[in-house]
Amino acid sequence: MSREDYEVVIGLEVHAELSTKTKIFCSCPTEFGGEPNTHCCPICMAMPGTLPVLNEKVVEYAVKAGLATNCEISRDSKNDRKNYFYPDLPKAYQISQFDKPLCEKGYIEIETEEGTKKIRLTRIHIEEDAGKLNHDEYGRGSLVDLNRAGVPLIEIVSEPDLRSANETEIYLRKLKSILEYIEVSDCKMQEGSLRADVNVSVRKKGAKEFGTRTEMKNMNSFRSIVRAIEYEVERQIDIIEDGGKIEQETLRWDDVSGKTFTMRDKEDAQDYRYFPDPDLVAIRLSDEYIENIRKALPELPESRRIRYLEEYKLTEKEARILTSSKYLSDLFEEATKISNNPKAVVNWILSDISKTLNEKELEPDQIPFTAENLAELIALIEKGTISNTIGKKVLAELFENPKSPSKIIEENGWVQISDESAIKEVVLKVLSENEQSVADYKAGKEKALGFLVGQAMKQTKGKANPQMLNKMFIEELKK
Amino acid sequence: MNITELTVHELKEKLDKKELTSQEITKAYIDRINEKEKDVDAFITLTTEEAMKQAKEIDEKRAKGEKVSSYAGIPIGIKDNMCTKGVKTTCASKMLENFISPYNATVVEKLNNEEIISLGKLNMDEFAMGGSTEYSYFKKTKNPWNLNKVPGGSSGGSAAAVAAELVPFALGSDTGGSIRQPAAFCGVVGLKPTYGLVSRYGLVAFASSLDQIGPITKDVEDSAILLNMIAGHDSKDTTSQEIERKDYTKALKNDVKGLKIGIPKEYFGEGINKEVKEKIFEAVEKYKELGAIVEECSIDVADYALATYYIIACAEASSNLGRFDGIRYGYRTKEFENLKDIYRNSRSEGFGQEVKRRIILGTYVLSSGYYDAYYKKAQKVRTLVKKQFADAFKKYDVILTPTAPTVAFNLGERSNNPLEMYLADICTVPVNIAGLPGISIPISVDKQGMPIGLQLIGNYFEEEKLLNAAYTLEQAIKFRENYKPEFKK
Repeated sequence: MSREDYEVVIGLEVHAELSTKTKIFCSCPTEFGGEPNTHCCPICMAMPGTLPVLNEKVVEYAVKAGLATNCEISRDSKNDRKNYFYPDLPKAYQISQFDKPLCEKGYIEIETEEGTKKIRLTRIHIEEDAGKLNHDEYGRGSLVDLNRAGVPLIEIVSEPDLRSANETEIYLRKLKSILEYIEVSDCKMQEGSLRADVNVSVRKKGAKEFGTRTEMKNMNSFRSIVRAIEYEVERQIDIIEDGGKIEQETLRWDDVSGKTFTMRDKEDAQDYRYFPDPDLVAIRLSDEYIENIRKALPELPESRRIRYLEEYKLTEKEARILTSSKYLSDLFEEATKISNNPKAVVNWILSDISKTLNEKELEPDQIPFTAENLAELIALIEKGTISNTIGKKVLAELFENPKSPSKIIEENGWVQISDESAIKEVVLKVLSENEQSVADYKAGKEKALGFLVGQAMKQTKGKANPQMLNKMFIEELKK
Repeated sequence: MNITELTVHELKEKLDKKELTSQEITKAYIDRINEKEKDVDAFITLTTEEAMKQAKEIDEKRAKGEKVSSYAGIPIGIKDNMCTKGVKTTCASKMLENFISPYNATVVEKLNNEEIISLGKLNMDEFAMGGSTEYSYFKKTKNPWNLNKVPGGSSGGSAAAVAAELVPFALGSDTGGSIRQPAAFCGVVGLKPTYGLVSRYGLVAFASSLDQIGPITKDVEDSAILLNMIAGHDSKDTTSQEIERKDYTKALKNDVKGLKIGIPKEYFGEGINKEVKEKIFEAVEKYKELGAIVEECSIDVADYALATYYIIACAEASSNLGRFDGIRYGYRTKEFENLKDIYRNSRSEGFGQEVKRRIILGTYVLSSGYYDAYYKKAQKVRTLVKKQFADAFKKYDVILTPTAPTVAFNLGERSNNPLEMYLADICTVPVNIAGLPGISIPISVDKQGMPIGLQLIGNYFEEEKLLNAAYTLEQAIKFRENYKPEFKK
């Protein structure tokens, strides 16, 4: 059988750290970084006798996420203990939610090549993050850092509705943008505040039963998720084609070798002995509470996209790409507000800025400059202070060393030459040095003009005003 | 005047009248500890030096006419499972042999605010698991009435210390009877408040849904006084309730006319010692004489309470005690080559037999495949127990039972027979399962001179009614005037 005879089935468990100021069960800061074990207290270090107190903001944020993903919000929910031993888990249990999650039965719509597709969400629940182990590179042991212990998380579990690595990436990007829009998580994948467990299985097309799945834990970049899925699909199909059976196991993706490795097999599967946490009271939410959160939800990507078509006359494609990221979309709106030139802003974002992000492997939230910077850059080009070519150099500089574009061009001496006599001098020099081109032009080869303008730009290091150059060459050549 | 014979309310009177100073009181107790502690072994840690310092400060404040709290300068003893900043909190376990908490339990904070002086930390069964205090890693506390007998448990150190007059009053904790049963065995008063009346923050958890801190005192009035000090909502404990503040001493009216008392027949069946039964019925007659209305009633689900209790308590304990893993604090094994060794060996070596037994039992009942048959079913029985008590409280103000089926047993008699040990809790556990308040008061002694306790159970947050009922009987019986511990050898 060939690859095309197989269908890929993928389901995701996404963990997003919530951007509340304090931890889920104590008042320690959730801030990323910090010296090891400085963001902790007796409660999140699990000193004997301490008790958790649920941070109400966590519930609010999770309900927000649930409403933004079309979930039913549970009026009667609770916290459960998930028991296991690991040094990054100081209580030896994680407070999570088992059979009564806050949000259930939602969905997200994604745009695929075959059109809009609904990806169903099983549930969203709240839980606490664990600490971190810093392994001594010389093998002398591990150091426990509990700064992250007790940082609030939501776990968003999807149904096995995804059918390819590409769909998975689209879904994840969509989910990420929703969480960013409603401002419940900063979704910084590089800091681990958004990570996914990916369940993959394959089956013959048309089969009713799912194949045996494997789970890849704690993936935190789009690139490795896509690569890992592609690798795992190949691996599974190879095994089946060779007459083998897929083992249900937990895998670790290794980015360097580009392979998955077994972490633990089914026999090692832990019994977490879930039971309701007796230290915490039930979470009861009123209809009014939920409605108030619903009313206060910010504008979601869907409605922004539609608004952009109307308000800024953007194309469908432009609007979709911009709204796929809250950071891009916010950058667009703010820069447009200042520059009043939506077309120019969208062009900059979708061409040069996106290209640079790709080259540098950055996410939009890592754009180092402000909307003001971008708007100023556009204004400088509009006014003719700099050329488009110089504009690109300014943008490159903005990525490296963000500051006001006018300062950048001043420091680099990139101000456009718009002085008529200076331009004329260059034009005459170029004409005298390129007699053949002049002859070509006069013989009707209009292309020769472009070459001459290019030569003039080269001589002025791109600073000459291109419109003026063009005009003056034509005038001179007519003589 | 023999200072250590006085109750807390009597000490307060003497302090107010300037007949005694805090230093005289504290000194008297320290002298008494120096004399009797070697027989009783009630303390794990003594803080007598610090106590004298504090007594001096409070006396100076009083002398200068500065404002002090009503009971300022009166000493106390604290069960060693309540966290005290700067002083060891061992839970009577090798696991926490050298553990010093970085913070104070809420109840300790409250006592500090009341300027109550701690004389030290009191012995108990390891992690409050046991009914005789024999499961302490450090020492076996003896019953002051007869030094060959156990003081009960798990708050055996607290009850013995109050009975032996080593402290004027003490804090205990009660998960299945751990305040009331030792109070009964030692002839003192023990109150387990309604679940949620006293903050559990800083009480090293045994079974979170059952644990409650309460007073162990010489008489009912002292019990009300100490309850006044420790009751109240705590934002650090979400299971603590917001209840209107009360002065429990005002409830002591010495009047039970018209009080309706229910006597559940199931509490007087097999296994209840004959002498205990007789003395309880004598007390019932007394109540009738005092004008109470007494009726027999039934709480038959109580038969299942013990099994239910051991499932729920062990399940919660197995999870609560997971944090003692040898990583951040507490005992760590010397023998390890990998992480699994650290866990296995630290916990095998750091915990005692009974604690391990309960962790294993609790782990088992929560395991997948067994959860429904044990834990879930136990929760259903728990609902039934609550319902039966709720029905009973529609008819009665308080429910009366023995506190324990027998008087104190001999040291070593049951320590190797866990099932028999568990039976000592049979009268007290239903109260914890339902979350109700219960009090044990001494009513008499048996032929051997060992005290017998009577338990009264009240409705939720009706400690006032409960205390008044106990107080009225206490005033009629005058146990303290008639009987005294003899330190029999």
